[in-house]
Amino acid sequence: MHEKTLTELAAGLAAGEFSSRELTQALLARIDRLDGDLNSFITVTADAALDAADRADAARAAGNTGPLTGVPLALKDIFCTEGVKTSAGSRMLDNFVAPYDATVVEKLKGAGTVSLGKTNMDEFAMGSSNENSFFGPVQNPWDQGAVPGGSSGGSAAAVAAGLVPAALGTDTGGSIRQPAAFCGITGLKPTYGRVSRYGIIAYASSLDQAGPMARTAEDCAHLLGAIAGHDLRDSTSVARGVPDYTEELDAPLAGLKIGLPREYFGEGLDPTVEGAVREAIGVYESLGATVREISLPHTHYAIPAYYVIAPAEASSNLSRYDGVRYGHRCDAPSDLTDLYKRSRAEGFGEEVKRRILMGTHTLSEGFFDAYYKKAQQVRRLIRQDFLDAFDEVDVLMGPASPTPAFDLGAKKDPVSMYLQDIYTIAINLAGIPGISVPAGIVGGRPVGLQILGTHFAEARLLNVAHQFQQATDWHLRRPALVEETL
Amino acid sequence: MALEHADVLRAAHLARLGLDDDEATHYLDDLGRILAMVDQLQTLDTEGVAPLAHPLETTQRLRADEVTETDQRSRFQRCAPAVEQGLYLVPRVVE
Repeated sequence: MHEKTLTELAAGLAAGEFSSRELTQALLARIDRLDGDLNSFITVTADAALDAADRADAARAAGNTGPLTGVPLALKDIFCTEGVKTSAGSRMLDNFVAPYDATVVEKLKGAGTVSLGKTNMDEFAMGSSNENSFFGPVQNPWDQGAVPGGSSGGSAAAVAAGLVPAALGTDTGGSIRQPAAFCGITGLKPTYGRVSRYGIIAYASSLDQAGPMARTAEDCAHLLGAIAGHDLRDSTSVARGVPDYTEELDAPLAGLKIGLPREYFGEGLDPTVEGAVREAIGVYESLGATVREISLPHTHYAIPAYYVIAPAEASSNLSRYDGVRYGHRCDAPSDLTDLYKRSRAEGFGEEVKRRILMGTHTLSEGFFDAYYKKAQQVRRLIRQDFLDAFDEVDVLMGPASPTPAFDLGAKKDPVSMYLQDIYTIAINLAGIPGISVPAGIVGGRPVGLQILGTHFAEARLLNVAHQFQQATDWHLRRPALVEETL
Repeated sequence: MALEHADVLRAAHLARLGLDDDEATHYLDDLGRILAMVDQLQTLDTEGVAPLAHPLETTQRLRADEVTETDQRSRFQRCAPAVEQGLYLVPRVVE
């Protein structure tokens, strides 16, 4: 059953081919067998999953079902889950059992889905390789010497390995799209404000957004419909109706205008990745789309702007971890300052400390205008680049990442790790949606094609991605690890 | 803008993050390289460009000033490291 897509599993459940309990048991057994090495889960909630599966089966017997009833999935360990450890990949929250559910968790429970557990991630979502997790690195199922990407690395690896058909991730600078690309799955970052951030542990609040990671665009369409929508508990969530994202999937692409940002095909792009991406764009041309080059002139300022804005917001958001109300507390503090300083020094890992220091420095007196204000001005220019581009074309396409997955331990220098996000980070600054779809395999490692649209163009992106998946089979390829364990 | 050892220690203190001298030296090196990368921003002319704080440029929504939350103190204190009679316990602050 693990080779099926979420859409196929939902159909199988509806047709009575198997029960949610049978499906859940099969996947739990697979996690048990494979995840010792992969390390894609931080917490597996087997008992709660079986209870939820039984409830879903009972609901089905009573004729009370929705499209996702009984479908298993996993949640990045950044979503608060009542009664279940919610660690954000940090020692700071290793002892934190959330007292409430995030809005998206509540919605997914309401839709009758079955959570199998919480997936591994870079600590507080800060990283591009999942190597910054307190709970250890995650292996890429395609090549166990490679990283799965980050920060939603556990979610991507779990889906790629067939441990779950889908998982939720979050994306602040590429944390859904880059791991989706590295693991050969489909991952969508919605428009800022499309999905409620309530109950999602905050990293950089003006950039954070949650989204689906699954095998296909069709799977992502089902999940996005279940999690999107206005939420009074998140003041940045947008009051706007949620369309049926599956409705437009089959719309033909004849006449689609595709823009290729020339800055996304320049220096630093691995030629094998470029080859795969250009071949994918050729597929679109054969489907009737037209392609033209465009420019996003401020592209090279996106990483510098992000590494001011995101750490600044993080330094503020993470000030709440004080060793008093929840989370790690040091032993025998001598006074209150010692309690704060030692609890935080012991609770946070190196990359988190680096970003707290960076953000605190740039926000401090005498530096604010030169860094934070300047970065926000540049942010407007970056956003305007995209708005101008979408006056000319319907979607933008390019690589999700300049290289395929790199080796575990290969990137020791923080700046070289940051530069990995060159094609994903501007999208968060602009607040627009983006999706990565499998578009090739080079040297045994997957390549992702990134498709970008204007604000709230998710239905269009899913349509464009789905049509590619009707014409190609990259999304159906499985790592050898999965094939060997059928 | 060159970063100095004292800047790192100052930021660490402001962030209430325990850091010894050797660690500060390590972060000085990293942060120096990150700031050098960030300094590319200074080459761009942004005269007259308004800062963008929210990607959709909407303002914060307001709601009626009414009590909507119920008291859930004991529930929320269940995950606290030390509480007594509804109060969070910390080391003595005033002698």
